[in-house]
Amino acid sequence: MRALRFLLPLGFFVVLVGFLYVGLFRDPHEVPSPLVDKPAPAFRLAQLDDPAKKLGPEDLKGQVWLLNVWASWCVSCRVEHPLLVQLAKTNIVPVIGLNYKDTIPLGRRWLADNGDPYKVSVVDADGRVGIDWGVYGVPETFVVDKNGVIRYKQIGPITPESLKEKILPLVRELQKS
Amino acid sequence: MKRLLIAAGLAATLLVSAAVTHAQTDIALEARLKTLSEELRCLVCQNQTLADSTAPLAEDLRREVRELAQQGKSDAEIKQYLVARYGDFVLYKPPVKPTTWLLWFGPFAFLLGGALVWFVVLRRRGSRGNHGDVPQGAPSANEQMGRDRAQALLDETQEP
Repeated sequence: MRALRFLLPLGFFVVLVGFLYVGLFRDPHEVPSPLVDKPAPAFRLAQLDDPAKKLGPEDLKGQVWLLNVWASWCVSCRVEHPLLVQLAKTNIVPVIGLNYKDTIPLGRRWLADNGDPYKVSVVDADGRVGIDWGVYGVPETFVVDKNGVIRYKQIGPITPESLKEKILPLVRELQKS
Repeated sequence: MKRLLIAAGLAATLLVSAAVTHAQTDIALEARLKTLSEELRCLVCQNQTLADSTAPLAEDLRREVRELAQQGKSDAEIKQYLVARYGDFVLYKPPVKPTTWLLWFGPFAFLLGGALVWFVVLRRRGSRGNHGDVPQGAPSANEQMGRDRAQALLDETQEP
């Protein structure tokens, strides 16, 4: 009973420290998406290089693909862009660009300047499709499986680590199934 | 001429009343949108409500909320729309569910625990006798010395 008097507060303290410790390594800006493991929200958007042509998730069924949300005004997109260009050269997985709240001329010029890693980029000028996909911080990258289900969401720029440790292993696994 | 005037007057009243009811529904809608957007969180600047934030996404979400409200969607449906896309995080008031029980009921559990500890301590103290802290029996030598000194001081001051 006497031991309990000391162990109980100690126990509380340890639990509290545990919570705080975990909190140290969590980024409050990364809000877990409720869309992971849900079907990708539908859209039919004009293509950046040829607005007469449209593209939507249903055109990509049967293959694993990435949706990368980017914009010419987005500063951190420049950070991840070289990685995407490299990824595109390997031909492992097609990357679809969602040109978010941008204009067609600015978007085209940005791709001309920085390289175009996208199989296709589609234009989401008013950001409505972005809202459907729960986009709140550009860049964001989604991994979509063969059945059109979102399997992973990366918030913020892709890093060499996140690509190597999370995205690519997941893509390979999904491609096998 | 008179008839014409009356007709014109009637038409004018009708127009004005139509404008007034339109304005009234607008005011009601604005008020509703305001309270609603004060209960929603802006995801970009996380400690601001959708109503306060000037982030472009907040503007888009306000526009979206407005359109949903104009389509006749209820507040609950609008919130559900946003939760489906952004998760419970968009709600300033988190819903009560198993993962948030600790958040909602934790403080009350702590209060109850504190009351329990308090109660136990008081009872234990009570069972030791009402004057548990006061030593009983004959005063110790030290105490006796103190008492003698105090008495001596008192006698001294009482002397004229």
